[in-house]
Amino acid sequence: MDWKVLLEQAPSGGMTYLGWLWSGLFWTLAVSLCAWVIAFSVGSVVGVARTVPLRVPRAVATAYVELFRNIPLLVQMFLWYFVMPELVPKAWGDWLKQDMPNLLTLPFAAQFSLWEFTAAVLCLGLYTASRVAEQVRSGIQSLSVGQTNAGLAMGLTLPQVYRHVTLPMAYRIVIPPMTSEFLTIFKNSSTALTIGVLELTAQSRQISEYTFKTFEAFTAATLIYIVITMTVIFAMRALESRVAVPGYIAQGGGR
Amino acid sequence: MLEFDWGVIWKYRESLWDGMLTSLQLFAIALAGGIFFGTLLALARLAPWKLVSVPAAGFVNLIRSIPFIMAIFWFYFLTPVIVSKFTGQQGEAVGPFTSAVVAFIMVESAYYSEIVRAGIQSIPRGQPAAAYALGLNYWQSMGHVVLPQAFRNMLPVMLTQAVILFQDTSLVYVVALKDFLGAASKAGQLTGRIVELYIFVAVVFFILCFLASHAVKRLQARLAAGR
Amino acid sequence: MPMIELRNVSKWYGSFQVLDDCTTSVGKGEVVVVCGPSGSGKSTLIKAVNGLEPFQKGEIVVNGVSVGDPKTDLPKLRAHIGMVFQNFELFPHMSITRNLTLGQVKVLGRSQEEAEAKGMKLLDRVGLLSQKDKFPGQLSGGQQQRVAIARALSMDPIAMLFDEPTSALDPEMINEVLDVMVELAREGMTMMVVTHEMGFARKVAHRVVFMDHGQIVEDCTKDEFFGSVRSERAQTFLSKILHH
Repeated sequence: MDWKVLLEQAPSGGMTYLGWLWSGLFWTLAVSLCAWVIAFSVGSVVGVARTVPLRVPRAVATAYVELFRNIPLLVQMFLWYFVMPELVPKAWGDWLKQDMPNLLTLPFAAQFSLWEFTAAVLCLGLYTASRVAEQVRSGIQSLSVGQTNAGLAMGLTLPQVYRHVTLPMAYRIVIPPMTSEFLTIFKNSSTALTIGVLELTAQSRQISEYTFKTFEAFTAATLIYIVITMTVIFAMRALESRVAVPGYIAQGGGR
Repeated sequence: MLEFDWGVIWKYRESLWDGMLTSLQLFAIALAGGIFFGTLLALARLAPWKLVSVPAAGFVNLIRSIPFIMAIFWFYFLTPVIVSKFTGQQGEAVGPFTSAVVAFIMVESAYYSEIVRAGIQSIPRGQPAAAYALGLNYWQSMGHVVLPQAFRNMLPVMLTQAVILFQDTSLVYVVALKDFLGAASKAGQLTGRIVELYIFVAVVFFILCFLASHAVKRLQARLAAGR
Repeated sequence: MPMIELRNVSKWYGSFQVLDDCTTSVGKGEVVVVCGPSGSGKSTLIKAVNGLEPFQKGEIVVNGVSVGDPKTDLPKLRAHIGMVFQNFELFPHMSITRNLTLGQVKVLGRSQEEAEAKGMKLLDRVGLLSQKDKFPGQLSGGQQQRVAIARALSMDPIAMLFDEPTSALDPEMINEVLDVMVELAREGMTMMVVTHEMGFARKVAHRVVFMDHGQIVEDCTKDEFFGSVRSERAQTFLSKILHH
């Protein structure tokens, strides 16, 4: 075992191999967080739309979920990156493929362009939105109909019922599944390596190809993944207990 | 905008079909292996002996906290090393397909073990208690009382995971194995008709997975009604 | 020598003490009713008798075998002590017949025919022979509990433990279960029964144990208990449950 190899100068980027790993982590986090913003907002809207008593929004939301859930993520990645630029007017497609700025100038220099990054974020975000939507929907539907009825009986409008009664409870219920959705997006971001985004997994493989120290390179990346995962889990547990409703236990203990 | 040429799919139908067969083969082996080892892992995790439960939990948590692709790279790298150590054969004797199969079984068994564990824990504690009260031991109470009920509860989740697994088989693309997506990719490079081929792949996956997940939903409704 | 003997048994959940120095016994052929307010530890106590609830201090000896001893073969011990649960705990994925034969075949090593013959005899005894091919979910609560009693009896137990056997039942079904239990008591079965059914206690109990806050507050004969209850806590409890 030769861990010192990570401190050697890497052939590009003006940094050590360890620097490559940090750069990879940076892009993993950048892709994950940007995609999560899309996933959470689009997913919330779609999830709520699936529960409202109106036919058209419900049908559209259902179609969205079915479409994005039933095509492999990797295939979606290729559709965004390779296929989409060909389906829009040619000038736009050329702009996407050729004229988007290169990211070399940013800190944590990347050898790929903004288009690769954008495609990865769009793909991951819209794919995960379909999963978030399902969590939001099941969170809302796990509340008893009596809750909605009680709200309506007080004279609240349906949007008010969602705003004050249903959603505050539903979002508390879905914190644990949301945590695992975020971790899913974080792990799935490695799929972006197939379209050239040099994120953490890609960097560790690149190190292994340059140095033949595969074990060390993979172990280092694996440890980083574990640390991030643990951090997210602990942070979300803290959030969960901060917003917990006294006397309301989602899962019955039983003796 | 470009002109579509869908004829390219017919032209490459044989290699696409071969790719699909590879995908299905990988899917079937990973599914069977994943469920089998996943059940063992779940039992190990819930066993009252720390020497068994702690390593099992460690393995499952490790696999679940790294990306699927990272796990594929790991086993793609490790399998030949380990095989040559035990058999003395050259590492090259292990083909990419075997390595991919090992990677998928390992990853899926971690995922399935969580499903089985949740299924076992969904059984009210009175059930094993009643089995113990009759004098059954740990394995008998698991085998006759807890697991049969747990598997029935888990069936829809297991099948849903199977649909996800089928989609995940496309990830072997990263080790250049010619599965369905890999075959389409290859044909796309040869002909420049990447748009048609990727759209075709997406449509085929969509139809298969859509039908399968709806069948699972119907089964779930029937199981719920039969209760 | 008593059939079941508890000596100074204590149990904690973390820092919370659920059983506090409990000492009592059940003689052969004796029927002992354990009562007390909810959360008083009576369910925990009865589950400790066949080792379903571990305890930290004291000793429980059943038929000469120490339950807390790590060397004790618990499955073997449990095979001879029948237990009936509050929520019946029939195995929902098995027919009534299989529920009755599982333990006999797997634990006692009886043949399937022998086990079925035994099971059917007991099912007939609790008046449910016609239900033998149904599944637990198709029976009423009272019927399920009677099957559960038959299942426990099929193991030829030397003693029976009842953990609130009627408290999950609708009122009109309570008597069908109590009738079976009364009959069993009159046949001389050794029984330890956690219940609020004071009518049952009056009819067949030899002794009554009253628990509160994990302690055994009263342990006396039926006549003493219902005649002049000594502790104030037991009196309050009795006046509450006898009023409905």
